[in-house]
Amino acid sequence: MGNLLELQQKINYDKTFDCVQCGYCLPACPTYETMERETHSPRGRINLVKMVAEEKASIEDLKDPIEKCLGCMACTTVCPTNVQYGQILEGAKEIIEENKSKGSLHKKAEDFLFQAFFPSSKWMQRLGEATWFYQRTGVQRLAQLMKITDVSPLHLGVFEKVIPPQPSPKIRKQRVERYMRKRPAKAKAAFFTGCIMDGVFFDTNQNTIELLLRSGLEVILPKQQTCCGALHAHSGKVDESRELAKRNIVAFQDEEVDYIINNAGGCGARLVEYHHLFEEGTEWYERAVEFQKKVKDISEVLVEVDGLTFPHAVHQTITYQPSCHMTNVQKVKSPPLELLKKVPGLTFKELKRPDFCCGSAGIYNIVNHEESMDILDVKMNDVCSVAPDQVVTTNPGCLLQMKVGIEREGKTKEMSAVHLVDLLMEAEPSGKE
Amino acid sequence: MEKWMQVLTEKIPNQQLISDLAGRYSYSFDASFGEHLPDLVVQAKNREEVVHVLKVANDYHIPVYPRGQGTCLSGGPLPVHGGIVLDLSQWPQEIDVQVEDLTVSVSPSVRTAGINEEAEKHGLMYPPDPSSAHVATIGGNLAENSGGPRGLKYGVTKDYVLGLELVTPEGEIIRTGGQTIKNVTGFDLTKLIVGSEGTLGVITEATLKLVPKPLGKQTMMIEFMNLRTAGAAISHTLTSGILPAKIEMMDQACIAAVENFRPSGLPKDAAAIIIVELDGHPETLKVEIEMLQKIMRKIGATGMTIPTTEKEADDIWFARKQVSPAIAKIKPTKVSEDATVPRSKIPDMMDRLQEIKDKYSLELVVFGHAGDGNLHPNILCDKADAAEMKRVEKAVQEIFEAAVDLGGTLSGEHGIGTMKAPFMEYELGAAGLDMMKRIKESWDPNGIMNPGKIFPEKGQKLVLTDG
Repeated sequence: MGNLLELQQKINYDKTFDCVQCGYCLPACPTYETMERETHSPRGRINLVKMVAEEKASIEDLKDPIEKCLGCMACTTVCPTNVQYGQILEGAKEIIEENKSKGSLHKKAEDFLFQAFFPSSKWMQRLGEATWFYQRTGVQRLAQLMKITDVSPLHLGVFEKVIPPQPSPKIRKQRVERYMRKRPAKAKAAFFTGCIMDGVFFDTNQNTIELLLRSGLEVILPKQQTCCGALHAHSGKVDESRELAKRNIVAFQDEEVDYIINNAGGCGARLVEYHHLFEEGTEWYERAVEFQKKVKDISEVLVEVDGLTFPHAVHQTITYQPSCHMTNVQKVKSPPLELLKKVPGLTFKELKRPDFCCGSAGIYNIVNHEESMDILDVKMNDVCSVAPDQVVTTNPGCLLQMKVGIEREGKTKEMSAVHLVDLLMEAEPSGKE
Repeated sequence: MEKWMQVLTEKIPNQQLISDLAGRYSYSFDASFGEHLPDLVVQAKNREEVVHVLKVANDYHIPVYPRGQGTCLSGGPLPVHGGIVLDLSQWPQEIDVQVEDLTVSVSPSVRTAGINEEAEKHGLMYPPDPSSAHVATIGGNLAENSGGPRGLKYGVTKDYVLGLELVTPEGEIIRTGGQTIKNVTGFDLTKLIVGSEGTLGVITEATLKLVPKPLGKQTMMIEFMNLRTAGAAISHTLTSGILPAKIEMMDQACIAAVENFRPSGLPKDAAAIIIVELDGHPETLKVEIEMLQKIMRKIGATGMTIPTTEKEADDIWFARKQVSPAIAKIKPTKVSEDATVPRSKIPDMMDRLQEIKDKYSLELVVFGHAGDGNLHPNILCDKADAAEMKRVEKAVQEIFEAAVDLGGTLSGEHGIGTMKAPFMEYELGAAGLDMMKRIKESWDPNGIMNPGKIFPEKGQKLVLTDG
């Protein structure tokens, strides 16, 4: 890093002064609770960013505290001075990424994920098909095939058991790109399919489309859409994230739609913040603003359109584990609960601390596995005291993590985790005409 | 590694020691000014570890800075002379309510709001309510003798402490006070320790007094066309036979700042508002709220709001809570004071603050717990503007002098710490300050406990600029 001013700008030095170090973020921060150090608190991290900008500490000193942040943004909702923690965190990650030595295990793990799992072309099908292939052949062959045997810190084995059965490539290919209605549609929606959602939870995506259609919407799946770029940005690859954003903006703007709908809290959080990737006043900024205005979570749209009745009772006790990014970034809190209220037969029991992150956090549970499991243990304590039949989530990361949690607790016979839309489909919804 | 560090780390589990640079910087600050790098951070989780740390520190003359959650507004936990930060926030939180005695025993790491939550389960209340109660530890509250809005009716932290367990600077465990309301056995060391800002030892347990939880509460917001009338309204209320739980005041600048920051429906044209909370039996509240309306009407209030639902009341208190963040938006640096005057002198103090504001042409806003004379004059400035900061230093000095001249004190609830130390003699006189020093020296012969706090160092002046 040659120039101090440049470093200060990149690392958002000026934004660190918004933090008055009051400490109100401490009770909200999962890693402060499990790791028991200020170094792993929002206030501590912001202070370290400041220390780096003042050359009192090195980028190397900053690395561990920043990489161990979940990015759940729970701190931003309790911050009395509205510190832009998300931007400070991303700036720090970018600096760390630039400064990284190529040989580290962490780097290898990340390179693998970003080059093989979330690549920039044809990733959707490849991921799903790879998973399908993997399920038919077992983890060893996949690992060999994808040359990941030397990336041991990836605890993929843990997730092996919890991935749902995958449709074959043939079924995937049968999905069309446009679902028209015979009657005039109430609104036109474009569906953002997401990588993990489409790869691992293909059926949930199909259910999402079905719910929209039954609600009286026309649905299109723009072919040119790509990864939202959230995971890239969370790993300091801001330039790549910006490129992905541009491609999505182009992919969705050709169709005159009322909504751009997603069913993954983490993706949605990135999509609504696309304009933050561009400088205010530029053409891309304006286009991003137009794009993000239309972005909605599936639960928001289902509540807003109000086109469904749920005739079939689902006799189960459930709890709801909100996605941090949906709560703290998208600020979508009540729609999932409102939908759950409409399903007859459900008994809803609230978690003691629903807003405490489950520890999934993008690829956090893969690259910071132990820390993630410590956080998951706190969450599972809460879940087990509620003892639901199903844990409802609205994000693929949370869904996988909750499945891992149930597995770890040895509760697979008593409980399961489910995406909201799959639960809604169990109630056999039909359109209000 | 230095010898003291070697000896010290022998008996402390490794994961409770922090010596890397990033870790040490994370304990170099609190919610006030300044940043000081400690040599080592120790996270004590039981009294034996505290005893060990203090014995080693005392042997080797190493400064020890006890710290809770670092929410202090006066620099209490800042390691101004390096040495050891003793973090007590990770000590297991234990709250043991003795319902029939109306007391509670707590470990030092317990979050203050947690005590009240636990007490409420038994129909009881722990009244001290500093605004950081959900974050701050009771250990820190005891060391700083924290207050809060409810101080008006219920008093402050020191009024609720029956007994303490303390590790002395020489590493001995002592117990002061006990479990009873009445206790005249010997010197009242409990009261001496509470508010001593960690200069006399480390509190490792406390027995606190609880009171019955009031059955109901009622909020009221009153508007005034000038500050003096608002001050007079407070005096009239307090001499009418009504004792509200809280009386908070906001001046016009605060109202405007809140409305700009997060519009909350406050009356923008009022010169000042006061917000009152009454508590007690619901029938009594009905009578008192009527009395209060009459008093306010008579004295010339220009508007009154009496919320009828809990939500409406919460909205008013939420607006009051927005003052701090809202005024922080005016300018980047906030110098927050808590000079306190006898209640009758509030109007005079308000006049003096206005003069100081004009004299140094600074952004100065006033809010606070007007019912007990504890004002929070806040100066909004820019740390990068050296000339302005010089004016702020002078203004702060005049605020302190004004408070003391009116029969008040430097600090109502934040503590002396580092910033106010230079003004101690002005309030206490040379002999008064010397007596405190002599007590400190006999408790802590090697001067290891939180050195650099309360007592001014030779030639120390208020400095708000870096370098």
